[in-house]
Amino acid sequence: MLALLCIVPFILILSSSLTDESKIVVDGFQLFPSEFSLEAYKILFKYPDQMINAYIVTIAVTAIGTIAGLFLTSMTAYCLSRKDFKWRNHFSFYFFFTTLFSGGLVPWYLLIVNYLHMKDTALALIVPLLFNVFYIIVMKSFMSGIPEAITESAKIDGAGDFLIFMRLILPLSKPALATIGLFLALGYWNDWYNALLFISNEKLMPLQYYLYKMLGNMDGMRKAMMGSGAVVTTSLPTEGLKMAMTIVASGPILIAYPFVQKYFVRGLTIGAVKG
Amino acid sequence: MIRHRFWNDLNKYKVILFMLAPAVLFYLLFAYIPMVGIILAFKHYDYAGGVFGSPWNGLDNIRFFFESGDAWRVTRNTALYNIAFIVVNNLLQMFAAIFLFEVGGKWFRKITQTVIFLPYFISWVVVGAIAYNLLNSDIGTVNVLLKSFGMEPVDIYNTPEYWPFILVFVSAWKMLGYGTVMYLAAITSIDTEMYEAAEIDGANIFQRMMRVTIPNLYPTIIILVLLAVGNIFRGDFGMFYNMVGNNGVLFSSTDVIDTFVFRSLITTNEIGMSAAAGVYQSILGFTTIMLVNYAVRKYDKDRALF
Repeated sequence: MLALLCIVPFILILSSSLTDESKIVVDGFQLFPSEFSLEAYKILFKYPDQMINAYIVTIAVTAIGTIAGLFLTSMTAYCLSRKDFKWRNHFSFYFFFTTLFSGGLVPWYLLIVNYLHMKDTALALIVPLLFNVFYIIVMKSFMSGIPEAITESAKIDGAGDFLIFMRLILPLSKPALATIGLFLALGYWNDWYNALLFISNEKLMPLQYYLYKMLGNMDGMRKAMMGSGAVVTTSLPTEGLKMAMTIVASGPILIAYPFVQKYFVRGLTIGAVKG
Repeated sequence: MIRHRFWNDLNKYKVILFMLAPAVLFYLLFAYIPMVGIILAFKHYDYAGGVFGSPWNGLDNIRFFFESGDAWRVTRNTALYNIAFIVVNNLLQMFAAIFLFEVGGKWFRKITQTVIFLPYFISWVVVGAIAYNLLNSDIGTVNVLLKSFGMEPVDIYNTPEYWPFILVFVSAWKMLGYGTVMYLAAITSIDTEMYEAAEIDGANIFQRMMRVTIPNLYPTIIILVLLAVGNIFRGDFGMFYNMVGNNGVLFSSTDVIDTFVFRSLITTNEIGMSAAAGVYQSILGFTTIMLVNYAVRKYDKDRALF
């Protein structure tokens, strides 16, 4: 029952995107398309410039952000997991405290816009999500489980701290890396908040924010279509188009989901058991 | 002598410190420096002056925030929504986990788990589109169904009374899979001998659930709930903003601190008031986390956050 409830909305969206617009306006959205039509998708793919652009932005931001975030998270976690590092608790608290208290949205926003001048740059989409205290903690508790003898023996062989991290710890941390990497990737892929705050340049709009814009005003959609040279008639299938956009924007997640799901479950389980 | 040892350590850890530098800088820049920005709550912000050059206006921002009546409304909404989310979500997740553990074959369990985890993976924007599809006054599925049963359609986007139920439902829908996995992990780590013993003593499924599973889940439940309680004054901005947006008609039942702060900053540009509300939220949050931590310490020292 519950499971059914979880999947019905997706079928609804899919069917709505496949229904003839005039049918939607008269009868509303329905679970099965009463009058099958690919019109919405045709229009969507006829002038795909901006959508493709949004896809490219999202893919690039996700790739760069995930790789950089993963590297920095694991490097930080490694330092905190080193038992012979005397100041590790101080640093842990330094990071942890930021989850307890913050200056709020306003100073953070003003810092990024007025002082770091990151408005309308790709950095605004990538940098704020690079670090997450929760991910550092999960990674750290995983690395703490790696036997110390390994680092010890490498040290005797004359390896430096960074080399130990790159050559020994990273390869041994694959399960944790996969999990945190997926979490980071999902976060970047689904992010629209930083775009909402910082991006007004259409060239830098990521997919979810583009979808958000399109849902919010169809005028914007008309303009986008016109901008790409379409002759827009009043019969633009707005409702069907919204739903088609939704499908296209969430498509990759829905397709990749069954394959990555088990890593998420494993990762969550690691986190849950370690507390 | 002590000085000497400090420099020694510094030298010994120089590579590690270097490796920590990005994270330290990141949090300095994006977390600690904004804390200084709290002074904005006591200033009349103007663009020429910036954070430090703007004139002070004492407690005016905070007074406006409280006198406008918004403070009470958003605080109440934030707290009540989070309490409802905590109770409903945890009960459902626990129920689903126990159900999955007890019933059905491997296949059934796998498919169900996959399906209920799916909503967690889509963005709030997509959830907003789904809500629009379901709830739209003219063409939404809910109203289509109502009409087909010969009932009057309801104008959901103009009726604040419906929204607490809708939002609690949506939150439960999106988070069900995530929490179920957590609880399932806890259940599978329960010693199977306890179940075998219960079975020998003649316990049925229901008794096993009440006497073995649930008591063994207490630590997990308490930790998950207490962690959530610590965040009781933080609204899920993505959820509220994509479900409701700037629909003022619904604010009486949907406005939370996070949406209020965002609106004052971006839409109405009342930076001082927005900062004041943000600081108010931070202080409320910090206080509850401290209280929660104190409570956890009393219950079980090892489980405390710090």
